[in-house]
Amino acid sequence: MSTLTGHSPRREPWTVLPWLATPALVVFVGFAVIPLVGVFALSFTTWDGIGAIHPSGLASWRSVLTNPGLPHALWVTFLVMVVSWAFQTPLSILLGTFLAGRQRYRALLGVVYFIPLMLSSAAIAIAYKALLDPNFGLGAGLKIHVLSQDWLGRPGLAFGVVIFVVSWQFIPFHSLIYQGGVQQIPKSLYEAAQLDGAGRIRQFFSITLPQLKYTIITSSTLMVVGSLTFFDLIFVLTEGGPGDATRVLALDMYKRGFQANLMGPASAIAVILVLVGLALALLLRRLGGRDAGASQLEGV
Amino acid sequence: MALSRRTLIGLAAGLPVSAALAACGSSGPGKSGGGATYWYLNGQPQESVRAGAVDAFNQAHPKEQIKDTTFQNDAYKTKIKTAIGAGQAPTIIWGWGGGTLRTYVEAGQVEDLTSWFDEHSEVKKRLFPSSFGAATVDGKIYAMPCETVQPIILYYNKKVFEQVGVKPPKSWDDIMALVPRFNAKGIAPFSLGGQSRWTNMMWLEFLFDRIGGPEVFQAIIEGEKNAWSNPDAITALAKVQELVKADGFVKGFSSITADSNADQALLYTGRAAMMLHGAWSYGIQQADGGDFVPGGGLGYMTFPPVEGGKGDPSDTVGNPAQYLSISSKASAEQKKIAKDYFTTGVLQDAEVKKWIDNGSVPIRLGTEKLLAASKSADFLQFTYDIASKARVFGQSWDQALSPTAAETLLDNIAKLFQLSISPQQFARNLNAVTGK
Repeated sequence: MSTLTGHSPRREPWTVLPWLATPALVVFVGFAVIPLVGVFALSFTTWDGIGAIHPSGLASWRSVLTNPGLPHALWVTFLVMVVSWAFQTPLSILLGTFLAGRQRYRALLGVVYFIPLMLSSAAIAIAYKALLDPNFGLGAGLKIHVLSQDWLGRPGLAFGVVIFVVSWQFIPFHSLIYQGGVQQIPKSLYEAAQLDGAGRIRQFFSITLPQLKYTIITSSTLMVVGSLTFFDLIFVLTEGGPGDATRVLALDMYKRGFQANLMGPASAIAVILVLVGLALALLLRRLGGRDAGASQLEGV
Repeated sequence: MALSRRTLIGLAAGLPVSAALAACGSSGPGKSGGGATYWYLNGQPQESVRAGAVDAFNQAHPKEQIKDTTFQNDAYKTKIKTAIGAGQAPTIIWGWGGGTLRTYVEAGQVEDLTSWFDEHSEVKKRLFPSSFGAATVDGKIYAMPCETVQPIILYYNKKVFEQVGVKPPKSWDDIMALVPRFNAKGIAPFSLGGQSRWTNMMWLEFLFDRIGGPEVFQAIIEGEKNAWSNPDAITALAKVQELVKADGFVKGFSSITADSNADQALLYTGRAAMMLHGAWSYGIQQADGGDFVPGGGLGYMTFPPVEGGKGDPSDTVGNPAQYLSISSKASAEQKKIAKDYFTTGVLQDAEVKKWIDNGSVPIRLGTEKLLAASKSADFLQFTYDIASKARVFGQSWDQALSPTAAETLLDNIAKLFQLSISPQQFARNLNAVTGK
């Protein structure tokens, strides 16, 4: 069938490209844009999720913005975002750099590290909940006093546990990104540094870290925007408790919408989530410098 | 054409998958060849009784099939609301009646069964009359009462009481005096699955009643302004916080869920001395506790009076029954199957017997002989007496209130037990949603 290529008319790229984008566009419009518009519209209504929808102007927004639960949920979300970022990033960079090396056993270790990534959040949460149970958990079972704390029953501890479990789950993913980033760094840079007498630690701070700038931005964007939508893990682990110590914005939205039957205020929170997420993503792009495509390899 | 080995293996591997897919595919309501659908709660031993009643009905009615799906308690409460709102409700909706049923009724999502009950008075006459209260909205019946009556009971572990050398409490002061005795021996005075929140609520239900009488909560239900700030309500809220501060509840109670029955396990393993829980707890202790119930380890009593309180000690709270409604979106054929299930499927002799074996009192009248003949006769008689002799049988608060008010209530109860808000703050937060 050698004639096929010969006879097919050569189309100009600009007539083909829009068609190539169509499937992605349809999915994006169908599952992102339309629901977004719907949620925005719902935030100006009163609806219990079961009966008829009544337009009610700004009533839902007023109830959300005057509710003391909102600043609290925003604060918890912010804390989760910052603390989990600060905890995950250094560990992910170190692990990623370690795994990018070519020494023995690293491929095997890499596979072991990635196991948490393959588990579902709900399964992880259930497992940790069982392990941390103050009466039937690991600490009580092995009679280790330090481990038999009321892990999920005290506000500070529960918050710490949430951060730990989230990090346990997502550090492998970010290590993978950093591993790729480190492997992209030209060997010649390290060779030059070695000739100049730089040790391993100096090499890490002067070459690896600066070269990972865009990888850090990508990974941070994923972490920060991702932490806005943490839901499943926290829902199963603590249900936002004890009290409202771990009630992040996404959980607050769910509880108002589906447990308290207040779809209007829940939609308003959803809109706030979208706006905060967009603002953060833009901000992080800005931090990356004006020209994100600029070369890091000038002079190499 | 000869089949290669790989094809055969592929076929063999594919078969169970396609069978499973076929089984999943029909779970969408109203689309599975016209049969009725029915969602209810899982969790043994109750689940098998519910499933048994459906199986028996399906066998007796080859042309009228009911397809059942089960859910975990807290997950179900959300799932059913979402499904009804999306027009995907099952034909038969299992529930607790009260405030949630009212929201379904106001949205026109459930069938009015008043005239059907008039035509089938024999169905109505065989059930506890008290069970119809929570099925009735504005004078009309929207649900068929079913299953069992479930007052809340104070359970205790007799062996632990012997070991510590103390007697069951006869008053609130006794309870507070027992707390340090048990704590000194490293035994939690009370087991509590506090993450589920409605578990904490049961404490307030009784304290409100014992201290201020049923009028306090009645005023709240009726939407009276500042009803939560009633001085008796504030006293009750303060008392429960005193108990929390005295370490009355098991360590880590706010991270224990009732859905996993971990709170029950604390009682029958002797790590906790007492537990306030629904009448269904007896069946769980009997099924999971090994020798605990048969060996006479489980004690039970009504919630004791509070010194100087106005409430009648015979008052109780809980679930007067469970309820089955019919979705108004179901097809005529599905509705007919559902109604036939109500007449010939619900609380038939076999189901009644199973409930009694599990240590529950079914809401069918005239079961006294069966109750007395059961191995759990003492407990059943106790439950039956509570249910039939209570001066007031209050419905569980979260079911009696609207879902919006109930969520605020549960939320604030969790914070109250966490000691992060004061009784006055609790009352203020709840006053804001009274009547909503």
